[in-house]
Amino acid sequence: MTTGAAALRTRSLLAGFGSTAVLQAIDLTIPEKQITAFIGPSGCGKSTLLRCFNRMNDHLAGFFRYGEVLVHGRDAYDPALPLEELRSQVGMVFQKPNPFPQSIARNVSFGPRMAGVRDPAVLAELVEASLRRAQLWDEVKDRLHASAFQLSGGQQQRLCIARALASGPQILLLDEPASALDPIATAKLEETILELSREVTIVLVTHNLQQAARVAHRTAFLYLGKLIEEGETAAMFASPRERLTEEYLTGRFG
Amino acid sequence: MMRAPWLKEGIAARWLAAAALLISLAMVVGLLAVVSAVAGKAFWPRPLVLLRLADGRVLLGEVWTREADPNHPGHERWRLKTGNRDLEGQDFVWVPKAAVVAREVPAGAWLVERREYGNFYGFASELHTPEGIVSATDERFGDALAKALQRGRELVEEERHLLDRLAALHAPVVKYGARAEGAKSERRRQRALAALERARGHEEENAPPLLARLAEVRHQAEEVTLVMTAAGGQEMTVPAAGVVRAVPVNALGLGARVGLYLSRWWEFLFAEPREANTEGGIFPALFGTALMVFLMTFAVVPLGVITAVYLNEYASGGMFTRAVRLALANLAGVPSIVFGVFGLAFFVYGVGGTIDRLLFADSLPTPTFGTGGILWASLTLALLTVPVVVVATEEGLQSVPDATRDGARALGATRWQTLRHVVLPYAAPGVLTGTILAVARAAGEVAPLMLTGVVKLAPALPLDGVPPYLHLERKFMHLGFHIYDVGFQSPNVEAAKPMVYATTLVLLALVVVLNLLAIALRARLRRRLSRSAV
Repeated sequence: MTTGAAALRTRSLLAGFGSTAVLQAIDLTIPEKQITAFIGPSGCGKSTLLRCFNRMNDHLAGFFRYGEVLVHGRDAYDPALPLEELRSQVGMVFQKPNPFPQSIARNVSFGPRMAGVRDPAVLAELVEASLRRAQLWDEVKDRLHASAFQLSGGQQQRLCIARALASGPQILLLDEPASALDPIATAKLEETILELSREVTIVLVTHNLQQAARVAHRTAFLYLGKLIEEGETAAMFASPRERLTEEYLTGRFG
Repeated sequence: MMRAPWLKEGIAARWLAAAALLISLAMVVGLLAVVSAVAGKAFWPRPLVLLRLADGRVLLGEVWTREADPNHPGHERWRLKTGNRDLEGQDFVWVPKAAVVAREVPAGAWLVERREYGNFYGFASELHTPEGIVSATDERFGDALAKALQRGRELVEEERHLLDRLAALHAPVVKYGARAEGAKSERRRQRALAALERARGHEEENAPPLLARLAEVRHQAEEVTLVMTAAGGQEMTVPAAGVVRAVPVNALGLGARVGLYLSRWWEFLFAEPREANTEGGIFPALFGTALMVFLMTFAVVPLGVITAVYLNEYASGGMFTRAVRLALANLAGVPSIVFGVFGLAFFVYGVGGTIDRLLFADSLPTPTFGTGGILWASLTLALLTVPVVVVATEEGLQSVPDATRDGARALGATRWQTLRHVVLPYAAPGVLTGTILAVARAAGEVAPLMLTGVVKLAPALPLDGVPPYLHLERKFMHLGFHIYDVGFQSPNVEAAKPMVYATTLVLLALVVVLNLLAIALRARLRRRLSRSAV
């Protein structure tokens, strides 16, 4: 069913906030070096599931979790695994571009600097490599020391991708990364994501079914905290196995 | 019932708001205008008027006010500043206008500003110097006078220098004497006595030549004198060393008047006060205020920022934080004199007294830190202004988007790294806003300072060339207190009135300058955050 080794895996994952369970027993395997899209109506638990992989939910009030989350076979919630290490392996890009009030170069080198890299030559190399991978290098190479706020929305979002890449993650979580972008910036971003998927595992939460169809190799459909269906994107969009999936894909709800 | 359209449409509210704004603006502009107008002309030379009265008296002076005579309705009376306090015993006389027989503005009238006894108004007779006597009618008089005044200034300077050196020689004698007296053990007493002996020997060896020179300087200073004649005919001999400036005011052209005006402002800003603060300059007060605000900023910013960071980033937001916020809000409303009393009890007697017992036990019972000083005043004001900084910093911290914090956390930054590298730089403009407000408030406070270290006349600045250079235990002068002192506590309130307004103008200007500095800094930080390079 899956191709290649599993990058991420959940076993009977049940999670929620306070007295509400947002995710109900999710069993999901996400293969390496592919793009997996999470689709589903608002409030179905896509983002909560995504945030379980790098434990960003931990900071939210009342969060609870049962079941396992495995990152390359290792328990993400293992108390012996430092949060900072997990997050350098599992990068994340948010809905709205969130550059820091610093220069472009310092934005990109933030992760390595926080991890203790001091050598300016090493940092400069990392900055260039990351910006190239995020396909932003040619646009910013002459103004690396300008404020990141000078960039356009699409550029800022690719800067955030470069920033995440600089820590050297094998997995990248994208939480509706194009929701604040115009169509042209979105197209450019999708191109970048596709290019990246050759070396990095990408999990993409999206509201946009066309986007999932365009870029995702595999798609998972979530509804009311349950994983309804998961599989190759082309196959699922052509002939969904579940009635709920079909109704969602044809726009009968959502 | 139909409401009137002008109520419904909010026209009345709009006009009311506009009127309120206008009134507020008018009050601010009016305040500035009154202070600037009175202070602006305080140092402008007034003409010297010679009045002959019906009873035969002849008066020379400056007309300060004209008003209706309360004793004789329908008549006017003038307040004339006649100076010559050592002759007349007073600076001002009331002259009923009806009593004036003749009024002229004599070109030969001189104003002599003296270091003691205030102004002298009269006519120059002659100049006595060791080289001979120069009459005022002599054409060499102007040059000779300028030379004599210059010589007088040099002698005063040398006298002060000699006195400073003598004081420096005597200081160890006082210090070791007190130490020997207060010594707790015999061994210490003996050590202090030996040091005292050495200090005495040093003083006895070095003082005599200085004393001889001092006597010589004083003798020379007495030799150069200006002989003046008052309007009433009395003769007055003024030593040149006692003259600040001597000018034939009525004979001056516009350029010379402007020069006199500016030189008076210069003296006001950069000279020491004279005559119980009613004359001379305000430099020690200006310097003391600026230094005190500076020290306070150093204390209040870290304290306020750490408090705000704890409340906003670490505290869980329960009853405790609510109570702390409430307490801070109330602290901002506590009358400032209460802070003064607290500062006196806690800093001066508590902390200062303890420091004295532990570190300066030898000089007790004379307190070192156990008395008011610039450090305690600054810390008291820091407490007074801490709520302002906390509130502004918290606003700055709350303005940091959650997305930005999440971004840093998602990159593997620890909580502290996120705070240090992302949140605090983002909140820096808020911190500076708080600092600006704190500085503005602190620069104008007087009441708490009166209990914690401000004095009418400080013998030395808190910052000077003597190690350790910054003397935190010293008492200091302050513009706000200076206004109160000169305006209400001086022996010569009427003469000091222009000084009060001029000092007020300087205090306002100082607050504006300090604020502009902080605003410029904030603008730079904001630019860094939004557009240009980091």
